[in-house]
Amino acid sequence: MADVSLRKVVKRYDEVEAVRGIDLDIADHEFVVLVGPSGCGKSTTLRMIAGLEDISDGDIMIGGDVVNDVPPKDRDIAMVFQNYALYPHMTVAENMSFGLRLKNYPKAEIKSRVTEAARMLDITDLIDRKPKQLSGGQRQRVAMGRAIVRNPKVFLFDEPLSNLDAKLRVQMRIEIKKVHQKVRTTTVYVTHDQVEAMTLADRVVVMNHGRIEQIGTPNELYHKPATKFVASFIGSPAMNFVPCRLEDAAGKLNVRLTDRLAFTLPPARAARYQALSRTDKLLLGIRPEHVMEARPHAEPGVEPFDAMLDVTEPMGMETLVYFTLEGSQVCGRVSPNAGAQDGSPLRLAVDLNNMHLLNEVTGAVL
Amino acid sequence: MSTMTIDKSGPTRKVKYGSMSRDRTWALRWSYFFLTLFAIFSLTPPFYMLITSLKGSAEISAATNPWWVHQPTLENYIQLLTSNQFLRFFWNSAWVSIIVVTVTMLISVPAAFALARMKFWGSATLATGVFLTYLIPDSLLFIPLFKMFAVFGDLTGIQLVNRWYVLLFIYPTLTVPFCTWIMIGYFASIPKELDEAAIIDGASWFQTLTRIFIPVALPGLIAATIFAFTVSWAQFLYPLVFTTSTDQLVLPVGIITTLIKGDVFNWGQIMTGALLGAAPPLIIYAFLMDYYIAGLTAGATKG
Repeated sequence: MADVSLRKVVKRYDEVEAVRGIDLDIADHEFVVLVGPSGCGKSTTLRMIAGLEDISDGDIMIGGDVVNDVPPKDRDIAMVFQNYALYPHMTVAENMSFGLRLKNYPKAEIKSRVTEAARMLDITDLIDRKPKQLSGGQRQRVAMGRAIVRNPKVFLFDEPLSNLDAKLRVQMRIEIKKVHQKVRTTTVYVTHDQVEAMTLADRVVVMNHGRIEQIGTPNELYHKPATKFVASFIGSPAMNFVPCRLEDAAGKLNVRLTDRLAFTLPPARAARYQALSRTDKLLLGIRPEHVMEARPHAEPGVEPFDAMLDVTEPMGMETLVYFTLEGSQVCGRVSPNAGAQDGSPLRLAVDLNNMHLLNEVTGAVL
Repeated sequence: MSTMTIDKSGPTRKVKYGSMSRDRTWALRWSYFFLTLFAIFSLTPPFYMLITSLKGSAEISAATNPWWVHQPTLENYIQLLTSNQFLRFFWNSAWVSIIVVTVTMLISVPAAFALARMKFWGSATLATGVFLTYLIPDSLLFIPLFKMFAVFGDLTGIQLVNRWYVLLFIYPTLTVPFCTWIMIGYFASIPKELDEAAIIDGASWFQTLTRIFIPVALPGLIAATIFAFTVSWAQFLYPLVFTTSTDQLVLPVGIITTLIKGDVFNWGQIMTGALLGAAPPLIIYAFLMDYYIAGLTAGATKG
């Protein structure tokens, strides 16, 4: 077990900078997920921690020791790959014990570790099979077992669930979380799936264009995104963005969306945004669950308005409604009983207590 | 606005049920036709050899049906198999081939691994270069090679020309490049994550090669082995040039030089010798056929 630190880590491939100076501290026992769109540098970062890629600049520390030039086998890490990377000519038990056998562990020790890991992952019955005879989910369990038996300082996961179907992915996600709760090994997990990131992580690191956009707990990222990228990347359906500007109206602060539509900000928000320029081009960021059907007795800060629905998507426990405001498509979540229908008007309300205001140019959340 | 006529009758072409299987039937018929043709074409010479090897010399020179044996005899086989000379050729061939195959594998497998996986400066160019050397025909190489060994003998006093073991130095120039090339292909088809997993598991490059790559690429390894064996067993030009004394000859050259005396062809024994000479590769093919086909057709290594 160990903590992992990255100090101004850079990775250059010839002219291209894949990772542009990353600082990251991962505490002992922590489960950290690196998430971002493809090409954001998350996998490269993981591979640098593993030692599979050289780092161009900066330092990587595992357990306080700089490991920049330490070969992978001496870093005491274990990695789970997207395509499992099981040795096809070995049985499950042989796959799991390969690392231990290379290090000449006593046979009894190997056997007990493999048995224990197999029991934990519920693959005891498969121990004598070859990878070819296993399903995708079973293979991924074996790959995890291979990591567990090594009892390493750090687990590294490189998109381990991407090759599985949706249902199995959810199941394995829970499995991974359970394993982490048992072994408590420091874990770095890479995925492009924000749901996976949110559900698994103690802390999520959102990356984009080789840089870290924001680090935080899943809730922090969801409720207090730092940038437009994070705000739109985390959450599904994604946050709505509508162009707007601020205006003063009778001692109150309004956010004006269209000529005919403006909302009065609740006092807490008004105080926060008071100092902003009234001419800046801004974006109103609002999550779909904060656009709902209007209720007779609205709470303070919940402002009603009329919308012409384009499309509705009944999901069962809720209905997603889509309408257009100033050329931007907006998604709202209403009760299935709200009477939402394609192409018909509906009175909606927006909860401005949970709004975000962004600078349209810089993308910063204000 | 012009009026539109809508044709509601649907497609006029009649649907041919079963046309798929009819296509297949014809495809199969043609396949069998050409396969039969090919089989006849390639099996006629060995059949003729077998027939002739079972005839006595009187029957061979008699004007009887050459495709039939009237008085089968094992005389040719007995003569050859009890002749020390023929057995000498056989052993020379066997030794040369076994050693060449071993040497080839010991060189080309690690070389292929290095070229395919341990990315170093110039490895791609080197890989192409290895293959290019294979493209130079031996009929161009034998004169300079002969000269090299002659000069080497003059300079050091170590005489290699006209010793069977000189072939151990020459054959690998044919087998190593091609086998390396085959193995590069196999190793390249192994997913990159497999060696990364092995490296993280603590394997050295050498252990990755011996414990992961060689077992996984076994079909390719067998294909390369068979190739190397066939090349060294059947090589004719080099031994013809480099060895002359009868006790130094390998089988293909030995048969030609000792069983043809001037313009007298001992057909029965030539055919028998050739047939016996073809046996070892045939036996090896038969045993390793499954692996060989698997090796030729697919990397089949997806983890």
